[in-house]
Amino acid sequence: MSTVAQVFKETARRMTHDLRHRSWIQNALGKYYVGRDEKKARFQNWQEARQAAAEIKWDAVNHLDKYLEQFVSKIEARGTKVFWASTGQQACDYIVGVAKKHRVRSIVKSKAMTGEEIHLAQALEKSGVEVVETDLGEYIVQLREEAPYHIVFPAMHLTRHEISDLFNKKLGSAPTDSPEELTMIARRTLRKKYCAADMGISGANFAIAETGMISLTTNEGNGRLSTSLPRIHVALIGIEKVLPTLDDLALFLPMLATAGAAQAVSCYNTFIAGPRQEREPDGPDEFHVVLLDNGRTRLLADAEQRDTLHCIRCGGCLNVCPIYKNIGGHSYATTYMGPIGSVLTPHMRGLTEWKHLSFASSLCGACTEACPVKIDLHHHLLQNRRNAIRCKSPWWEKLIFQGFVTLMNHPLLYRLGVKLGWFGQKFHGLVKGTKLDPVYAWTQSRELPPLARNSFKDYWRRKQS
Amino acid sequence: MSEREQILGRIREALRVAAPKPGLLSGPGQRVPPHEKRPTDFRPWLPVVGDSFEERAALFAKNSAELKTDFQLVANRDELQTKLLALAHAEGWKKIATHAGELTNYAFAALGLPVVQTGGRYKLDELESSDAGITECDALVAQTGSVVVTTRSAGGRALSVLPPHHVVLARRDQLLRDLPAAFTALKQRYGSSYPSMMCLITGPSRTGDIERILVLGAHGPKKLTIFCM
Amino acid sequence: MKISLFIPCFIDACYPQVGISMVKVLERLGHQVEYPEDFTCCGQPAFNSGYWDEARAVAEKVLAMYRSAEIIVGVSGSCGAMMMTFYKELFHGTPLEAEAKAHAAKVWEFSDFLVTKLGVTDVGAKFPAKVTFHDGCHGLREVGLKKQPRALLAKVQGLELIEMDAAESCCGFGGTFSVKFPMISTAMGEVKCDSALKTKADYIVSCDSSCLMHIQGLADRQKKPLRTMHLAEVLAKQ
Repeated sequence: MSTVAQVFKETARRMTHDLRHRSWIQNALGKYYVGRDEKKARFQNWQEARQAAAEIKWDAVNHLDKYLEQFVSKIEARGTKVFWASTGQQACDYIVGVAKKHRVRSIVKSKAMTGEEIHLAQALEKSGVEVVETDLGEYIVQLREEAPYHIVFPAMHLTRHEISDLFNKKLGSAPTDSPEELTMIARRTLRKKYCAADMGISGANFAIAETGMISLTTNEGNGRLSTSLPRIHVALIGIEKVLPTLDDLALFLPMLATAGAAQAVSCYNTFIAGPRQEREPDGPDEFHVVLLDNGRTRLLADAEQRDTLHCIRCGGCLNVCPIYKNIGGHSYATTYMGPIGSVLTPHMRGLTEWKHLSFASSLCGACTEACPVKIDLHHHLLQNRRNAIRCKSPWWEKLIFQGFVTLMNHPLLYRLGVKLGWFGQKFHGLVKGTKLDPVYAWTQSRELPPLARNSFKDYWRRKQS
Repeated sequence: MSEREQILGRIREALRVAAPKPGLLSGPGQRVPPHEKRPTDFRPWLPVVGDSFEERAALFAKNSAELKTDFQLVANRDELQTKLLALAHAEGWKKIATHAGELTNYAFAALGLPVVQTGGRYKLDELESSDAGITECDALVAQTGSVVVTTRSAGGRALSVLPPHHVVLARRDQLLRDLPAAFTALKQRYGSSYPSMMCLITGPSRTGDIERILVLGAHGPKKLTIFCM
Repeated sequence: MKISLFIPCFIDACYPQVGISMVKVLERLGHQVEYPEDFTCCGQPAFNSGYWDEARAVAEKVLAMYRSAEIIVGVSGSCGAMMMTFYKELFHGTPLEAEAKAHAAKVWEFSDFLVTKLGVTDVGAKFPAKVTFHDGCHGLREVGLKKQPRALLAKVQGLELIEMDAAESCCGFGGTFSVKFPMISTAMGEVKCDSALKTKADYIVSCDSSCLMHIQGLADRQKKPLRTMHLAEVLAKQ
């Protein structure tokens, strides 16, 4: 087993025993379910909308070259500088270079999972620039020096008291148990940062090919401030983010908000078509778009799982995942956690080392059902498992399944096995629940059902005779 | 070969194998017959909106209440003036920020307060210390309770998001039915020369990042008031 | 109508009464049933664990065994889903793909068969008890079982159905997942047990004995007063 897999198991064990965490997350998501269902019900047909969204994403991803070129030529025509990055390193180097060239001292960053993916903030900080996360949740986890707990709700795991203590320690604010006051402390602190920043960094939720725009969704307004006040704006965008037309947003914006945050639409959906244009009073003088591959073309080449590039990062699959809810976002130790992370990470970081995430699922399919763009998530988990076993399977497990085939394909042998099992189970009590127990993995926490004296096959034979 | 060519090359190579169409593996409760061509009209699936102005206004008001937007229909300029003055008084505005426009010119004249104009270059701290940002807009969207602003219609990028109170002045013919109509309107109005920023604002700034409890005014305006004339 | 049964391996060995109950109900409704005795397992354990070659070796036998069957009715949503949905993926791109599809079209889960195919909801059962229903994931999401079992339960004399919170969330079994990640599986099971306990029902009923095996195993270990029963057993009660 790989080291990351061992760490995963240990963290998962700790988290599943943490009953406070369990009820905290169940409660936090309880409100989300109610709101999401209510917003879904407003759609005249949610299932049709999903199918349409999936088809549009399919079109975009399966003609990615055409739409990317269209997006780039349109957005360049408005004075935007576009940089193509094959790797995270190239993207970091470029953005650090832009910061150096313009003598940037401080940066405000709007939430961008691509930034997390390539460790952009760390790269910039290493070059001596201050980077401040402006999304409240991201800001909180940045102050705590930890990774986001969730794609959309980064600080969902923390209580107001923990946040109050954190602000007290890091910002010197007076302790309070009011979420409102805590938010205002962050607001005041970050206001100064916006006004002083030389550069704003954002991601993008969509890149519109037809009109050459990025679409950026936030609720707090941090996305707008980060892209309005500083003199340079850099948007770091995965190449799969393109949508063919501006009109498509009429479908995608409400679906993103419904699935992601139980809202009809998010508060600020901002479409940026370039740097400040002539006769415009404000906005950045320079706008850079960094198009990031970083393994996405590898995923694209896997036709079976190409639809994972449809993902709009709404976090809907995390919210319904019973695994996520029990082990929490940090156990995954990945940029993208939950079902989508368990599908993606083996592709991005290596199947051998990260396959455990694809096995750590009961395949319940709640994720697939929740996905607004119909990614066949649990089917992909199965495919990852198959691929992992094809690549390398533990000899003992291979042996077990070869034995399984022999047993199941020889009915007489199978019946004999059941009879032997029935006889043998009388002695199971001697080792049950100990490390000598061959089924310890089950019996450590559960009782095993006894094999019946007479099987169904026995019943059937008697019935026939 | 440039990085651009390399990435596009990898994409073209990858796309030589066709991917299965979406929805083929969907379970029974989620299965929908696939469309022959990718859909372009989403109205049959999006939330319902009535056709008449009254229905749209009622829906906009309902959405506003939910979003904690203050939405007021006003009959004429006199009523607008009365309500604006009352608001300025109630909130104790000392300085406002706005941009040149037919409705905004009228409003700031009526208020008689010191004003920061964002038509040309302005000082950031002047705008930041204003009590309210008063803007016009491109459209209101009944379906979602949204306001559409652009750098051209609303005095740049920051005016509608930096001051703690955003006041929108709209005309009743700007109240559109739904999101598809809003995007059609933007296309018709700006065509090939879009403003560098357009935004769909839906309610005052908000966050739920602390214990999933709703707090207004996370970074943007704590209040959003819309007068529709 | 010639009905061929499939009885999953663990039902054959551990829960024969579930299979027997299904036979009783079908016969009570006047149907003749046959059972290919050589049927053992659908191959799902290997499939879910990534051993698709091994799963195919078992599944090929299953396809052959039921080649001449008209209607195949089984007493598990999960094994049913394996045949209805996952065989198509398992055999995708192989010479048996067409046969896997034809096979899938013949397979029915028991409650779906009664309600959708036969149009029967009242099977003449009587069971005075309070029950709550657990939607097994495979039955729910791959087979589309939601209304069917409830329609059947509604017609059982004396029975009161009390829905639990999150009836649709997974019990944590997940086949080999339950032994590869026992801590996560157990935690999920605890959540399930808690919501079932809150209803104060006498029994948790489901279309899948595998879920019930997990729930019962956990409840017994933790000394929780929970009893489980397969839907077929409820329907056989008179």
